[in-house]
Amino acid sequence: MNPKRKQRMLIILFVLGGVGIAIGLALYALSQNINLFYSPSQIAAGEAPKDTLIRVGGMVEEGSVERHKDSLKVQFNVTDFQHTITVRYEGILPDLFREGQGIVAMGRLRDDGTIEAQEVLAKHDEKYMPPEVQRALDKAEAAKAGE
Amino acid sequence: MWQRFKAWFHKWASPKWFFDMSASWMPWLKGIAIACMVTGVIWGLAFAPQDYQQGNSFRIIYLHVPAAILAQSVFMMMAVAGFVNLVWRLKLADLAVKAAAPIGAWMCFLALFTGAVWGKPTWGTWWVWDARLTSMLILLFLYFAVMALHGAFTDATTGGRAASIMAIVGTINIPIIKFSVEWWNTLHQPATFKLTEKPAMPPEMWVPLLIMVIGFYCYFGYLLLYRMRNEVMEREQRTQWVRELVRKGV
Amino acid sequence: MAFESFSEFLSMKGHGLYVWLAYGVGLAVLIFNWIAPGLRKKQIARDIQQQIRREENAGQERNA
Repeated sequence: MNPKRKQRMLIILFVLGGVGIAIGLALYALSQNINLFYSPSQIAAGEAPKDTLIRVGGMVEEGSVERHKDSLKVQFNVTDFQHTITVRYEGILPDLFREGQGIVAMGRLRDDGTIEAQEVLAKHDEKYMPPEVQRALDKAEAAKAGE
Repeated sequence: MWQRFKAWFHKWASPKWFFDMSASWMPWLKGIAIACMVTGVIWGLAFAPQDYQQGNSFRIIYLHVPAAILAQSVFMMMAVAGFVNLVWRLKLADLAVKAAAPIGAWMCFLALFTGAVWGKPTWGTWWVWDARLTSMLILLFLYFAVMALHGAFTDATTGGRAASIMAIVGTINIPIIKFSVEWWNTLHQPATFKLTEKPAMPPEMWVPLLIMVIGFYCYFGYLLLYRMRNEVMEREQRTQWVRELVRKGV
Repeated sequence: MAFESFSEFLSMKGHGLYVWLAYGVGLAVLIFNWIAPGLRKKQIARDIQQQIRREENAGQERNA
């Protein structure tokens, strides 16, 4: 490789390195804001501001969903298996919403430590399966539990 | 070995050689692309099983994932071509940057669009400003930046160099897209396919997906060569061999 | 086949709108990109042919 090309290559690598470091630092500084949601543990630790719109994410606790009889009001607990927070919501829930499902709710943190949600989004995991496989798995688990 | 590589590398400096070479590759790329994409779409739409949670909306994966993979790969390829253009001043590398950018941008748009249409029934929203979706939108703007820079200068060589620098610098966004779902809390789920683990999906679902990904890569290869040939034809229109080709009616 | 009937295939068990919207736009984008370079090539070939003709005419005039 001739010296001129080598020099050009070095300049490019130098510029790249510089830009990379700059962007890395900027991202590090921003990283708190890039998170889409707070976990219940972060809220328990007082990291989330009160009475402003925030997002909270976690699993819907098994057996915690209480639906109001004649309205769309619903209340459930969101957990990260260390801390739990109660979410109140009125509106249509996404199809994937169910107990044990990951969700992200947007709303305000009230003084009583509950979230008054305006929007509930379902989060799904990276696993895909045909329904029959899921049924077979459930059956196997039930059989195991019955032993 | 090195000598042979060098000889091979230097051949790329000849537009005529590229024209003949690409002509022999294109029918293959075209054939494989059509075969894979037709098979993949039919298999994915009608024969793959539905998902236990998402039902049939899951079928959007067969467009969404290949488009997203392509959008990122094309950008990396563009950065490599940009690097070769800047260091060796290889004309063809410059043409490759110019030809790849619009295809990559379309793939990026397709990934974002199918993602939004998929997000509505599964998540309950078309769009959310989480790290994965936002970094993918930035990728689209980076494509626009490369395309704009290429046309922004009266001197095509300067434009090509500016676009190449943009492509190289923009690659920093690629690992951010890839790892966004691990570094931050996002609504988008982590990767289903990892190099070190078994895929979190059974073969009857991922085989058609793999076929689609292969099809998309060949589709891109075909389009890239086609667009580069057009650029060569335009730039070399004063030469005897291009005029001969036109007279024969390519 | 993952579906019992053709109408079930069309409705995608309730997700038809989303699936067909994604595939419709997807197909349109793929086909547009597929045919675009061919049209461009014809355009370039036409331009070059015109250029050749112009040069030939200019040459004849000079000779006349």
